[in-house]
Amino acid sequence: MGVEIAVTGLTKTFGSQTIWRDVTLTLPAGEISVMLGPSGTGKSVFLKTLVGLLKPDAGSIVINGRDLTRLREADLYEVRKLFGVLFQDGALFGSMTLYDNVAFPLREHTKKTEAEIRRIVTEKMELVGLSGAEGKLPGEISGGMRKRAGLARALVLDPEILLIDEPDSGLDPVRTSYINQLFVDLNAQIDATFLIVTHDINTARTVPDNIGLLYHKHLAMFGPREMLLSSEEPVVRQFLNAQTIGPIGMSEEKDADELAAESGQELPPLPPIALQLATSDGQPRRAERPAGAWCRDNGVTPPPGSFESRNAGIPGVRVEVG
Amino acid sequence: MAAPLTGVLRQSGSLFALALDVFRALPKRPFQVKEFIQQAWFIASVTILPTALVSIPFGAVIALQLGTLTRQLGAQSYTGAASVLAVLREASPIVTALLIAGAGGSAICADLGSRKIREEIDAMEVLGISPIQRLVVPRVLASMLVAVLLNGLVSVVGVVGGYVFNVIVQGGTPGAYIASFTALAQLPDLWTAEIKALIFGAIAAVVAAFKGLGAGGGPKGVGDAVNQSVVITFMLLFVVNFVITAVYFQVVPQKI
Repeated sequence: MGVEIAVTGLTKTFGSQTIWRDVTLTLPAGEISVMLGPSGTGKSVFLKTLVGLLKPDAGSIVINGRDLTRLREADLYEVRKLFGVLFQDGALFGSMTLYDNVAFPLREHTKKTEAEIRRIVTEKMELVGLSGAEGKLPGEISGGMRKRAGLARALVLDPEILLIDEPDSGLDPVRTSYINQLFVDLNAQIDATFLIVTHDINTARTVPDNIGLLYHKHLAMFGPREMLLSSEEPVVRQFLNAQTIGPIGMSEEKDADELAAESGQELPPLPPIALQLATSDGQPRRAERPAGAWCRDNGVTPPPGSFESRNAGIPGVRVEVG
Repeated sequence: MAAPLTGVLRQSGSLFALALDVFRALPKRPFQVKEFIQQAWFIASVTILPTALVSIPFGAVIALQLGTLTRQLGAQSYTGAASVLAVLREASPIVTALLIAGAGGSAICADLGSRKIREEIDAMEVLGISPIQRLVVPRVLASMLVAVLLNGLVSVVGVVGGYVFNVIVQGGTPGAYIASFTALAQLPDLWTAEIKALIFGAIAAVVAAFKGLGAGGGPKGVGDAVNQSVVITFMLLFVVNFVITAVYFQVVPQKI
């Protein structure tokens, strides 16, 4: 059973540089949320702030009724046991084998016997498809394997919250799909609250229950997947459809002249909203809602062709669901 | 002007904060015995050979200088006494400081820095384990232990080197050299040198850990951190060496 994370008015600066200001959102318990944003908008900083690795300048992060930003170091270490975090490159301990890496949290925090540890580690390694690689060192395996091993380590203490930093960086599209499927299946199994930080649109469009978009030092929007995918808000629309037309420029915001030059151009229509990625065994997740439910409840007409395929809206490809 | 000054103050403050954290984490259980032994072995293995190789010429230079000086002053019979005194009191702590900072500290800093940029340190904190207690404390203790042992090594090798150089190369009298051994030097000299080494070991490891854990900006950041850690450690060690020596002369009564 996952727990809810309530973030209020969170602000983070490095020196005189503001990373983001006044971020307020609630990650609902047991749901998968994705945090999107152009490169360099502090998505990873946000994730590190959520676990208390970085201290925010203002605001609160409330988990289980405790404000993470005001905890003492010792209490912080306690609360962190709720978290599993998958860092970008897996962040495995280079001097240990994969087995020892995955066993590490168990050996540090539990009084389990080596036999129990072996059973749990084997189970988690199997879950991420790394059986047989237990004896390898992190330096000897590929980036995708490191990531999966990092995931196994993050899962070993049965976390209530799983934070995932750019699962797709350095992975090919097929491996990315596999790891996305793994997240959905995991969510169904352990019911933890998931937060995935990424800028991969395919992931953002199909995996989560909720999407957030960090842009220009603030949270542009956070809400259910269908709300953002059907949104006409320029920033959200530009980012979720990977277009050059819109307020986001190559380096930062576009200036007034650039925007004026674009004003006459017609925006391409919103692509259809794809079906959400389902679990591989077809069992519904607890947090799963029927396709199109949000649109119906809020009187929003989804773009034509929505909820007909599992495809993320890539033009010209249409996989019918039978 | 104000910005660099506050930057320096902030850095010094963080360095002391880390030193304090390390100190507070010292009695915490479980003590990382395995890490301590591994690190002590590692630091010893990177420092022993260079230390021995540096202390032989160091002892020889002192013998050469003193041999000439004592002859000019007509006090040849005190060559041994002065040589032992110089090696024991100053040469061995300084050589220890150079090696523990240059070889031991830089290795610690590079190790922790590369772990930092690979996010291993963050991962450790997220897994609910304090990197200070787990990684820094064993390294500081290992560095202190090895520094004390190195100081002993330098003293022995330096004195033997001085003897060999004075007696064989400069044609001094073995009897006079050995007979005057304890004319000036006394036991508190050795203790002071060992205490110096202990403190040097702690400072070198704390600064290396501070710079290593603060590394950022990719592989170049680690290189910069190592560079800065060695420079800062050198400056600190020479200042601390001066202070301890000054205190020593106030506290310990001298022979003759």
